[in-house]
Amino acid sequence: MSDTLFEFLCRMGDNTLVLGHRVSEWCSHAPVLEEDIALANTALDLIGQTTLWLDLAGEVEGAGRDADKLAFHRDVWDFRNLLLVEQPNGDFGQTMMRQFLFDAWHLSQLTSLMDSSNAQVAAIAEKSSKEVTYHLERATDTVIGLGDGTEESHARMQAALNRLWPYVGEMFISDDVDTAMIETGIAPDPASLRPAYDALVADVFRAATLEKPQDDFAHKGGKSGKRHSEHLGHMLTQMQWLQRAYPDATW
Amino acid sequence: MVVEKPTLETVWAWLSAVPDPEIPVISLTDLGIIRDVQWQGDTLEVSVTPTYSGCPATTIINLDIETALRGHGIEKLALKRQLSPAWTSDWMTDTGRAKLEAYGIAPPQPAGGPQHCPRCKSTDVEKISQFGSTPCKAQWRCTDCLEPFDYFKCI
Repeated sequence: MSDTLFEFLCRMGDNTLVLGHRVSEWCSHAPVLEEDIALANTALDLIGQTTLWLDLAGEVEGAGRDADKLAFHRDVWDFRNLLLVEQPNGDFGQTMMRQFLFDAWHLSQLTSLMDSSNAQVAAIAEKSSKEVTYHLERATDTVIGLGDGTEESHARMQAALNRLWPYVGEMFISDDVDTAMIETGIAPDPASLRPAYDALVADVFRAATLEKPQDDFAHKGGKSGKRHSEHLGHMLTQMQWLQRAYPDATW
Repeated sequence: MVVEKPTLETVWAWLSAVPDPEIPVISLTDLGIIRDVQWQGDTLEVSVTPTYSGCPATTIINLDIETALRGHGIEKLALKRQLSPAWTSDWMTDTGRAKLEAYGIAPPQPAGGPQHCPRCKSTDVEKISQFGSTPCKAQWRCTDCLEPFDYFKCI
């Protein structure tokens, strides 16, 4: 039981960690100052949530690892994040499309987790959901604004959607870890979140004049850790370089 | 030697004098993030809830609480992080709201946007960005006096 709970908590924490790091890569590079600040704030929220998830994961594991150890002392094959969040930022439109596709799932996952049988999971979900509500609101507005914008911005948003849609399916696929979470009432069945997700994104794409790709093929292997994309390893060399160069350095 | 334990009222009064590190015009108790103070034997237990989970001020706040209470002679102190119920801007006191506005930050409103410009009081205001200089704030602008201002988000 504690093994599957540890896995589940790593999945939650690795999603927010990897996406938080990706979004932070925009710091000082965003198209306008307000967006720079918004991206940095979003990244900060995600990293804060990561601390809560991974500290709890370490506590459940009981091997003396805390959030920092889990974040900086694991390599690619131990990460359990969705493939979607490790995809490179691309242009601003692609970053915001990735954010929207993730936030829409993240908020409904957190809303379900607020009723978790595990009180600590429910408390983290309650805290995070307030922040993620803001993230989804902003990502939705931006996707609509850019999708239904100029010819150039529309084309970029459609290209971003085509590029990222194959990573959406993984959020709703379940495995043994999910089964254990469903049986113990800790987390919802991933597939149960799909109808509301599809309805939400359909509404937003309509408003954004974007077309959802017909093919629902889904890349997988991120949350199980079996097969990450090459991008995660490159990202970790940046994110973890200090701990790799100076193991256990503190200040 | 018998040391008298200060009453909880006294401890709350001490804590109400500790300023928020980011917005020093309001205190930690104005902000509503101190959720509980109690004695467990001879250890003083203080429960603190974060405003935003990634707020960098959280560690400074804990340090400030510890420094203040140690300064008043508290030797055994335990700081607890309380996540649930999650902090809401409704817990900010009326004094805290008034102080924020006087400082130029529009206080949180249930309607989701500022009531008026904290400088000229005009109600003609517009949102610049959902996010601002700290996780708890958004950027707005007054369309009358044209000054941009911070709005403390309602969560």
